[in-house]
Order: sequence, then C-alpha cells, then structure tokens
Amino acid sequence: MSKLFQETVLVQYLFRNPSILIFLGTLAGVCLAVTILGEGFGLGLISTSFIKTLGKTLCLCIIAIAMDLVWGFCGILSLGHFAFFALGGYMIGMWMMFARTKIIVIEAAKNNVLPPTPAEISEAVGTQIFGVVGGAEIPMVWAFADSLWAQIAFIVLVPGLLAYLFGWLAFRSRVNGVYLSILTQAMTLALSLYLLQNDSGFRGNNGLSGLQNVPGLDDVPQSILSITFFLVSGLALATTYLMAAAVVGSKLGNIIRGIRDNEARVRFLGYNVESYKLFIFVLTAMVAAVAGALYYPQAGIINPTELAPIASIYLAVWVAIGGRGRIYGAVIGAAFVSLLSSYFTSGQAPDIPLGFATIIWTDWWLILLGFSFVVVTIYAPQGLGGFIEKLARQEKG
Amino acid sequence: MFLMMLTPALADSSFEQLVQTNAKLISKSSSKTVGPVLNTLQQFGGAEAEAFLTNWQAKKLYFIKKTGQFVLVKKAGKAADGKKQMHIRNAITGEEIGLVPAKSVKQIKPNSGVRSKIAATLVPFQLNSNDPAIRAKTLKTLLRNIESSHLLPLKAAIANESVSELKTQMEKAYVFGMLAHGAEESEVEVAILSLAGDLSIDVRAALTPVLASTIVVAKEIPSEGNLARVITPGRTIKKADGTAARLNAIGRKDAELTDSTAYDMMVARGLAPAFVTRNMRDEALVASVMNGRVSSFSLDDLDNENARDTAYQHLVDRAAAPPLVSELQRQKAIQGAVFFALYNNPSSRVTDAARKVLNDIQTKVTLYKYLDLMLDALSLASIYFLAAIGLAITFGVMRVINMAHGEFIMMGAYTGYVVQLFVPNYTLSIAIAVPAAFLVTFAAGVAMERLVIRHLYKRPLETLLATFGISIALQQLAKNIFGTQARPLTAPSWLDGAFAVNDVLAISNIRIAIFCLALSFLGLLLYVMKRTRFGLETRTVTQNPAMAASMGINPDRINMLTFGFGSGIAGIAGVAIGLYSKVTSELGADYIVQSFMTVVVGGVGNIWGTLAGAAMIGTLQKSIEWFNPSNTLAAQTYMVIFIILFIQFRPRGIIAQKGRAVEA
Amino acid sequence: MAPLLQVDNISVSFDGFKAINKLSFEIGETELRAIIGPNGAGKTTFMDIVTGLTRPDSGDVRWLGTNISLLKQSESQIAQLGIGRKFQKPTTFEAQTVYENLLMSLANNRNPFAVLAYRRSPRDEDRIDGIARQINLAESLDQFAGELSHGQKQWLEIGMLLAQDPKLLLVDEPAAGMTASERDVTVALLKELAQIRSVVVVEHDMEFIRELDCRVTVLHEGAVIAEGSMDFVTANQQVIDVYLGR
Repeated sequence: MSKLFQETVLVQYLFRNPSILIFLGTLAGVCLAVTILGEGFGLGLISTSFIKTLGKTLCLCIIAIAMDLVWGFCGILSLGHFAFFALGGYMIGMWMMFARTKIIVIEAAKNNVLPPTPAEISEAVGTQIFGVVGGAEIPMVWAFADSLWAQIAFIVLVPGLLAYLFGWLAFRSRVNGVYLSILTQAMTLALSLYLLQNDSGFRGNNGLSGLQNVPGLDDVPQSILSITFFLVSGLALATTYLMAAAVVGSKLGNIIRGIRDNEARVRFLGYNVESYKLFIFVLTAMVAAVAGALYYPQAGIINPTELAPIASIYLAVWVAIGGRGRIYGAVIGAAFVSLLSSYFTSGQAPDIPLGFATIIWTDWWLILLGFSFVVVTIYAPQGLGGFIEKLARQEKG
Repeated sequence: MFLMMLTPALADSSFEQLVQTNAKLISKSSSKTVGPVLNTLQQFGGAEAEAFLTNWQAKKLYFIKKTGQFVLVKKAGKAADGKKQMHIRNAITGEEIGLVPAKSVKQIKPNSGVRSKIAATLVPFQLNSNDPAIRAKTLKTLLRNIESSHLLPLKAAIANESVSELKTQMEKAYVFGMLAHGAEESEVEVAILSLAGDLSIDVRAALTPVLASTIVVAKEIPSEGNLARVITPGRTIKKADGTAARLNAIGRKDAELTDSTAYDMMVARGLAPAFVTRNMRDEALVASVMNGRVSSFSLDDLDNENARDTAYQHLVDRAAAPPLVSELQRQKAIQGAVFFALYNNPSSRVTDAARKVLNDIQTKVTLYKYLDLMLDALSLASIYFLAAIGLAITFGVMRVINMAHGEFIMMGAYTGYVVQLFVPNYTLSIAIAVPAAFLVTFAAGVAMERLVIRHLYKRPLETLLATFGISIALQQLAKNIFGTQARPLTAPSWLDGAFAVNDVLAISNIRIAIFCLALSFLGLLLYVMKRTRFGLETRTVTQNPAMAASMGINPDRINMLTFGFGSGIAGIAGVAIGLYSKVTSELGADYIVQSFMTVVVGGVGNIWGTLAGAAMIGTLQKSIEWFNPSNTLAAQTYMVIFIILFIQFRPRGIIAQKGRAVEA
Repeated sequence: MAPLLQVDNISVSFDGFKAINKLSFEIGETELRAIIGPNGAGKTTFMDIVTGLTRPDSGDVRWLGTNISLLKQSESQIAQLGIGRKFQKPTTFEAQTVYENLLMSLANNRNPFAVLAYRRSPRDEDRIDGIARQINLAESLDQFAGELSHGQKQWLEIGMLLAQDPKLLLVDEPAAGMTASERDVTVALLKELAQIRSVVVVEHDMEFIRELDCRVTVLHEGAVIAEGSMDFVTANQQVIDVYLGR
C-alpha cells in the first residue's frame, strides 16, 4: 500500500516537473534505441566500441551533473571533482584487478601437486599485480580488495572522506572564489603525484588495467558486457538526475543558490554556510566517484594521468557550454562536447586542406575547443541551456 | 731449480749488457716472473732504463730472432723479391743497424699484467720527470693506488719537487702509501692523523679500507681481535667507521643482518641445524607423494600451512626429512649466539685514529651538505620566484587570474629557442632573446587583456576558465609548431662551469646566474611599482578605478599595460627556465600550480610576499627531498599537501594584507 | 527597559587607523535607537563587530538575553541568537522569488539535513503571507526579487528580517535612495517593528531620524560623543562642530 503511495508521489512529482519527465523519456528512448541497434542483444548496427563510448559519455554526464550542483548551483568552481571520479575508478578497479588475478592464479595453481595455501595465493597475486613496480607484497590499501562489497562501499566512502576533510579545512578557513579553485587543483595535483609513486600501492604510472574484464564473467562476450554497462550507466544517470532535481528543488536548493549569489547574506540569515558547502561538496564528490566507478570498467584502464588538471577543466567546460545552473544543461554539455571531442580526436573527422597547410583535426581540435570556450565564456555565459530557454520563451510569447 | 734458472743475471758493466743478459726474461715475460728483472732495471736507473721500459710497455720493442738483440723498428718498402723489410736500430743506444727482412725480427708483446708491472716500475722515473704534466699524471694514479715500492722514490721526489701544488699532492700520496703499507703502527697513525679535516673524496676513499671489517658469529665475543661492532640481527646497521648504530622501528628493513642471514651464518659455522624453508618443506612433501597422498594426508587437505607442517612432521618422524626449525627456535638460536665484526686491521691504535679522523670528516661533510641543501633550496626558490613574479603582478596586484601564465613562460622559452636558430653565438643569442621574449609575451599579454580579460573583470571564476581555454589552445599550438620533443636552449659556455668550494660543495654557474636574475627582477619590480609613475597609476587603478579615472588616469590603458608588463616578465622568466631545463610545450604547465601557490602562500598583492612564498616552498621541497632523496615525487606530494594545510591556517599568506571587511 | 546588548570598551584598528576607539554603550529591549555620525565615524564597523564580520582588538560585546560574548560566535550563530542585519545596499537573492527569499529567512531549523527534508507547512505559508502583506509585497510573491523596484527591495529585505524573527535589528541606512512616500512607509514600518523588538538604525538623513523620534547616539572617530533625544544631541556643541555644522 505504502509502496503504491510512494509511486504516486513520484508520479505526481514528475508531472509537476515536466522537464524531468522529458529528460527521463529521452534517456529511456536513447537507451532503448542503442540496445536494439547495438551488438549483444540487438541488431548489431552499432559497434561494441561505440557502445562503450556512449556508456562512458553517460558517466561523464553524471559527473557533469555533480559539477553543475557544486559550481552552477553552489558557486564553488571545483577543479577537484575529476580526482574523486578517478578515485572511484581506482576503488572498483582494485577489486576487478585483484579478483581477476586471483582467479587466474588459482587456475594456474591447479597444475601444482600441492593445492595452494592462502599465503601462496596472495603472494602470487601480489607478484602478478605489483611486479611491474618492483613489489611483490600486497599493500595495506588493498586489504579489502578481495571483497566486492567492501570496495563498492569504498567507492563512495574514500572520495567522500577525502572531500569531507578537504572541504572542512577549506571552508572553515573561508577560502573561496578562485583561491578555492586553485586549492582544489592543488589537491588534484597532490593526489596524482601520490598515485604516480611506485610505492603508493596503486602501481604508479601503470595504473590499473584489464578492467574491461569482469572477474568471474570471462565467458560473457564484451558485446553483452558493454551494453550492460551502458544500461547500468543510463540507470545511474537517471537516478542522479532525479536526485539532483530533488536537491535543487528543495529548500536546500534555495540556500545553495543563495550561497552562490551572496554568501555573506545567507550567513546573516543564520545559516552555517560552511556546512552547506561541505554537504554539497561531499555529496557531489560521491556522485563523481560513482560515475568514475562506472566509467573505468568501460575504459578498461585507469592511471594517474586521468587526474591531470586539464580533466577537471574539461568538466567545467562541459557544464559552461551546456549552461550552468540547469541540470539538463550539464548533461547536454557533457554529451555534446565529449562526443564531439572523441569524434575529432579519434581521427574520424576529415582533414581540411587549405592549400598552404592542412588542418588535421587531431592536432587542431584542442585549439578550437580552447578558443571556443573563451567565446562561450564571454559571449554566451548561459551556454546551450540559455539558448534553449530563449527559444522556448520566444515560442511561448 | 726452475726458479734458479730465471733469476736475473747481474751485470755491472753497461745497461746494454744488463739487458742482453736478461734477454730471455724480457722477451718471454709473464707477470709472475718479470718482477726481479724490473727491479734490476729500476735499480740501474737512468734515462736509458726509462726509455727502454717505456718502449717495452708500449709494445715497441723487437728482438732479432738469431741474436736476441733488442731493436726498434721502422717499416720500409718491399725488397726486390717482394718480401717486407724493416729498418732496425739498437733499442738501447739508438745506433742504426740497417735494413733487414721483416721476418727476421719479432715483436715483444707483454700482456696487461706485465705492462701494469712495468708501469709501476716506471713510476719513480716519471716522478722525477722534467715535465710537470707527466709528474701530475703519475701522481693521479698513485693517489688512487699506491704500492709499497713507490714509497721510497715518492719520498725522494717530494724533496725535489718544485711545484708546490704537486708537492702537497705528493705528500698526500705518501700518506696514503703509509696508510696502506706502513710497517709501524705509529707511522700509520701519524699518517692518518695528518689527514684530519681534509674533505676530498680520495681521503675518505683511502680511510675506508683501513676500517674494513669482517662479520663473525660465535658463542661469545673473543678477548683478542680488534672489535669493530656488536651486531644485533634486525636491529643494527653498520656505520661508515665500522661501528654499529641502532635502528628505529621504521628503518629495521635496512638492518645489516636479517634474522635469516644471521641464522644462515650460524648454520654455515655449524652452530645450528639447517633451516627448512617453506620451499624446501614443500619440495620434500611433493617428493614423497605416493598415490595422491603424503603419508596419511590427502593432497587436497594440504592447502594451508598447518596441514603442511603436520604432514612434514610425519616425514621427519620417519627420518625421511630434516626436522623443521620453528621461527621461535630460530629466534632462540640467534639470541644464543653473538654476532660481531672485527676490523681487518689488527691494530686498535690505527683503527681508533682512522675512526676519529673519518668521523670528524663526516661531521664536516654533513655540515657542507646542509649548506649545499640550503643553496639548492635557494636556487629552486629563485626558479619559483622567476616563474611566479609575473603572476605577482597580474594576480597579486590586478587580481586577474591568468591560467595561461605558464604558457607565457613557455612562449618566452620558445622565443629563446627560435633566436638561437638564427644567432649561433650563444652569449649574443641570449642577450637578444631576453628583450625579444619580453616583447613577444608583452604583446601576447596585451592582446589577451584587450580581447578576453577586459570583458571578464567582474567575473573572476570565468576569467579562470577562459584563460585556461587559452592555455590549452596555446599549448597545443606550440605542439603543432615545434613538435612534442624537447627543444634545446643552450646556455653560453661561461655558464657551464661550477664554482667549487671543495669536493662536497659546488655551485653551478647557471644557478648563480638564475639567482642573480631573480634578485634583479625583484629590484626591477620594486622599482617599477614603487618609484615610477606607471607603478603609481597601476596601484591607483587597482584600488579604485573610478577615482583613478576621475583623476585623469585611463584605467583601460593602465590595465592593458600592467597585464602586458606581468606577461612580459613571464617571458623573460621563460628564457631563464628554458636554460635550466628543456623547452617543451608543457614547460609552463609544470610551473603554473606552484606559481599560484607561491603567490598565495606569500600573500597576494605583495612582491615581498612572493619572495617569501618562493623561499618557503623552495626550502620546503628541498628539505623533504633531503629526508627521502630517491623519491622527488613524494617530496612534491608532501609539499603540495603542506601548502594546502598552510593556506587553511593562514588564508591570506605569509605577508597578509589587513583591511576593513576584506571578505565582503 | 532591561538592556539587551552591551558594547563594552571595544577598539579596532586597520593598518594603524583606529576605526573604533574604546566604544561603550547599551541597547535596551524593544528600544528604537538611531546612530548617526560623519563618514568614518565607525558606524558600519560597529555593525560588523556586532554581527561577527570583524573581530575587535580589545573589549567585549555581550548578548544579555543569554549573557554570552558575541565575539566567540560565528556570523550564523549570531544571527541564530536573534540579531538581524539589513545592509546599506539592499541585498536580496535576486535570482529567486520573493516567496523563496522569505521562505529562506523563516525561523526554522537551519541544519542542512533538516533543510533538505523540509516540507512546506500551512503554518509557514500563513506566516509568509502575513509578512508579505506587512511589507506590501503580497501581490509580488512569485516575482523574482531582481525584478522589484529599489524601494520594494528594501522592504523585502526588512520582510526577510521579520521572518527571521530577531530580537535585535540592525538597519544600515534604510532610507537611502527612497522616494518621499516610500520613506514615510519605512518610518512607520520601523516604528512598528520596534514595538516588540529592539531596532538600531544607522542613518545620515537627519529628517528621517527626526521622524523616527527616538534616542540618538552620535559617533565620532569611533567613540560616542553624545547620546539623548534628537533635540538634546543637536544642541550639543561638539556634535554641531563635527557633524551638523558642515
């Protein structure tokens, strides 16, 4: 009975917010179309590698929503959310790599006369995983890597804790504006430098690899795995969208927008601005981490270069191009720019001969992106979302 | 019998006779037998002997097959019958003998062992050579390795030496000789003590073998023998002077003896039964598998240590394998024995003296290393200061956040590279590159201010993003133009050397130059901002643009010029940084976060603050590297974390500006 | 009248300039008080100190309701104690509606989780309606604050303060930039507000203060030089010298 009630509440909620309904409908349509057209379950018109690209794009949309919440709605230009994204990827990657190596080790040990002891297994796993960085012992941080549930918990707990510590320190001492941006970038830099070290326990610059293989599902073809990941990512995006809409639509949404526009005034209303910022910062860090945990199994590999400062800037670019302060804007921006980016950088785009020189897009795309971003910031601060709203208003009136 | 035959015949008439009597030993020399002949030749002495030995060593010596006479040869044309011929002359007197068929003479080819003996024999001759270069060259080898036979000639040479520098070197070599070969304890001791306070590497290298020691295990420490240290396995480490130091809990993996090596030593000495490793145990188990079982155990059950131990015990009980030694038993055995090291040199007077001198030297070396660290920190700070100084203007004074600042540094470095393509003279090219870099980046800065930043003065976060977009584009542009590989920016040769204080402390000239450049930048900037009309107007505009405008200052123009000035300085810094490291498109990106940190840590809006920030970050990074020199990544990580924490507690930096409602 | 806020011998200086110099005075419960003084007399700095924006170098500010020192409280804690502040420039949340502005100000639980779980209650709706009528914005509840006229923004800000239900209201130049009729409404509003709470008004406009008809404190160089009725202080020679005479 109560379940039915909740459902009606949700349905009511959706009908009160048609934009959410439109978004969910579109997303469901895209997911359905890709499933039908793709390999794995459908007609095979879309290649598995493109499905992976689409699945990754959905994950990028999720982190873009997180970025929009923290920047577009709360005014904190964080250049650290890709660090949380990557951390999420590392957390799930640890389990995938550990569990799969363990299966391989046990398989290999079947030829031994003596069945392996737990110590021998962990030694062999350690050598397999950490041989490249000259280690054999399994580091402390991998203590729970054998347990999927523990690592799933870590996906949100570790980035959440990091975000909490960092945010608590930074907000408490009233670091804000560009200072905070630089500080978050420094945090990202510190984390990537840490992960780059061979003795950090995360395989240095080799990172974690072979993540496209899900432990225990070696017999399942990649075509099915990829469409499954794609659909799970779609579901996660829908959930994130609903959650973000709920947060933004609540009274807390009013407060964080207030903080964005005039932090001091919110403080004089008696709100502890720091705890609100911290709440949003940690929440979005966790969302980013979940997105990362879904992204890297589709990418297959994660290494510290993923944390380069430029990644977090891209994130800001997507949100800005999509239109800040609109959840759908973040999604559109992330999907549009990242798909365009993969089109241009994969070498699919045709070269443009100019006579005296040839525009090779793999070389020139970044330049175009960089300058178009300047143009968007100056001339279209509302992004694509602002453009859509303008059109909608014109149609109405 | 054989030895008797090979004993050199002594002849006191002439050198030639002496040589010819020993002809067999010379032409068929081996390192084992050549010694006495060489001694004889050396005792004879004189220029003839030196020339003969030198020719012998250089494989220039031949002998006539029939007579055995030693000759020197010179190739000549072929004879009428087509056979090769040679001019020969007496190897000792130099007197021409004439043309002979090449086949009638044979070359003497001493092997390397013989040649090094000849070289040692030649030493006294060379030490007394008239050419100081030869004397210096010989001394160099002597300082590395001196034989006891050299001591006397060396002493004689010291007395004759006229070049004072060579004389001190000779005295040092003599001391090293006494150290290694001194007969009397007291002599050696005096020699050692005379080295006190000398920081050069060869002194430390000469002292170390005196303190060489050998590890021994026994039931108890013997009363005789020159005890160097008592070793506790897993707990102590060997110091350079041969004594032991205790390790703290963290460093225990570096211990001189681990439990297992210590126990292995006991086993080797027969003090304990052999340790059965896990591998050995498992091999024994595998070897005894019968019908899928080990003794009464099913193989499937042997998937844990306890089960394997129990199964192995069964093998032991049947006497089919040596007994297991448990970890506890191993510990007990180790505790029951003493591990210690004895100095190879039996004289405690000698080792005490060496220890004292070496420790004194080490203390001084450590002191100089600290000094070196400080200088390292200073030059790193100069680099950070150079990288950040442009930002101190654009970000610090104008409060404009320019993420493309790093790319301006890169632009400056590439300008230097391009100038060097056209101007091959390095000194001249650098002299041109500095103003050229300023102009290029000044223009780029002005263009950027006019086209982008001007529109975003009220929106700092957007400025950050827009300039980052420019940074991405400029970096890629540089990649497209110059490629991804590093381009060289070569310093003039007068910047290549180093200013060496001693063997420990040396400062490279380029670091001194960068330090001076940083200093002059500081001076220039302070002068421009505090003493010129332009500086005054800049400060006015940043503090109150409306008021400045009403006073007839054009804020647009000032903003543009100030931004250009800051960017231009970044360009000059780029030339300096390019000289120090390679020029790549990522050159600037490597410095951008650190540069902002430097400005923020120092205190925004204050040039002295930037200096303080650079000094702090440079010192900090070098100090962290000092504790963990192998891991510069870790040093950078900890430094960034430290900076993050520092900003939490002093958000406005080292030199903070105070004012009403700064946050509002 | 029992005292509510006690300012005790506070001093603060910025880079050597003494903005507040051994300032002491008291404000009673349900008192309407005007503070006047020339530019740089320390009026705004005084408000900054009371609301926690600036920390004084010495002295103490005590909140007598609960007898605690305000100097150890953060801005939000001070606001929660019951001190509201209206800024010189109207500061409303322009990207949000009048309703949302008032909703945020309502005296409810300020914990983020409670705020996230907040559901509108009939009681709160009534309260917002009541305040909106009081500040003449009942018709504009769904309008964005940014679309209001200057005077309406001032009222909205006062409304937001009312919704906070403070015991002490600090009002910085409420009449600045208002039309004559808007000013009259503001005077009435402030007087009404002072019925059940203390109100401190900082103002330049002498006419406006005369209309408020209340006790006046004159600040000069960070210290009190006169205090009393409007007629009393305007007769004071020092006040005339430093302020009125010009």
